[in-house]
Amino acid sequence: MDMGSFLRIGSALLAGVLLLAGCAAVTLDKDLNLTPEMLAQRQVQTRRFDTTDEQKILRTCAALLQDTGFNIDESETKLGILTASKERDATDAVQWATYLAISVLLGVPIPPDKDQVMKAFVTTRPVGTEGRQVAVRVVFERAVFDTDGRLTKMEALNDPKMYQSFFEKLSKALFLEAHDF
Amino acid sequence: MTSDRLKRNVLLLIPLLLLLAACATTHDRLLDMDTSQVQLRSIQSRAFDTTDKEKTMRAIIATLQDLGFMLDRADYTLGVVAASKARADSMQMQVAASLRVTVTVRPRGEKQLLVRCNAEYLRSPVTDAKPYQNFFNSLEKAMFLEAHQVD
Repeated sequence: MDMGSFLRIGSALLAGVLLLAGCAAVTLDKDLNLTPEMLAQRQVQTRRFDTTDEQKILRTCAALLQDTGFNIDESETKLGILTASKERDATDAVQWATYLAISVLLGVPIPPDKDQVMKAFVTTRPVGTEGRQVAVRVVFERAVFDTDGRLTKMEALNDPKMYQSFFEKLSKALFLEAHDF
Repeated sequence: MTSDRLKRNVLLLIPLLLLLAACATTHDRLLDMDTSQVQLRSIQSRAFDTTDKEKTMRAIIATLQDLGFMLDRADYTLGVVAASKARADSMQMQVAASLRVTVTVRPRGEKQLLVRCNAEYLRSPVTDAKPYQNFFNSLEKAMFLEAHQVD
């Protein structure tokens, strides 16, 4: 076999391997398996309230989300679900300065972050003996887009302080509602 | 070019074309029929010994939330829950939700509920058995019930 055909077979094989890699099934092992980290997240994102009125909790959550600028996307009271989202500015002065400096140095424009979509997902469920308590879980996440409208970041918001603050507001609102004027 | 060489070149092209054909992702995607439907249905379904639809749907939603999914739709009457999850590869692909699932609940006989989960990852259906196994393992824990394989 001469060098030419050897190269040709080699490159054909390479192309074949690349094509195969392109359609190979990706493993989703980590996505649908409960991990200890996921369970730890659940702890941070869940609180129990001493009430039997699950609907009232959902109503209060809806009002609270509305108070904090969210729009309700989907709800199903019978299943204890509420999802909401809001779009906000994601401009970061430090990032703009850094990207601008790099763009000038490299001569290639790097688009900085501009918009973000924040999402909230609330679930409630009766817990405890005879359903005397209601557990509320909320999850926040955000997607960030740059000035070209490209998705640059997609992240779960995992700061425990955020959740703490949400539940503090919720218990305050529930207390107020309980003492309706 | 000698005919011998030409033949060799054509022979090299054939496997490449076959590979391309294997990943063809256009026309007949509307009614995906590439895997045996019966086999796929059995991979995606499990039966639970309960008739409590509400409890089952709540367990499905709780499991999806545990797994880091965001809810897209839920309808009690239809018994449908749709959710999606962002993954690190979302950014390269420019899709906000790279892993999407639809879970349906419906009665199976008098004493059971059938739960079926369909997953889609980066715009193609998930036909592997393992991810579904993982999902039902997680769901079993939330249901406190065993998931039975059905044919």
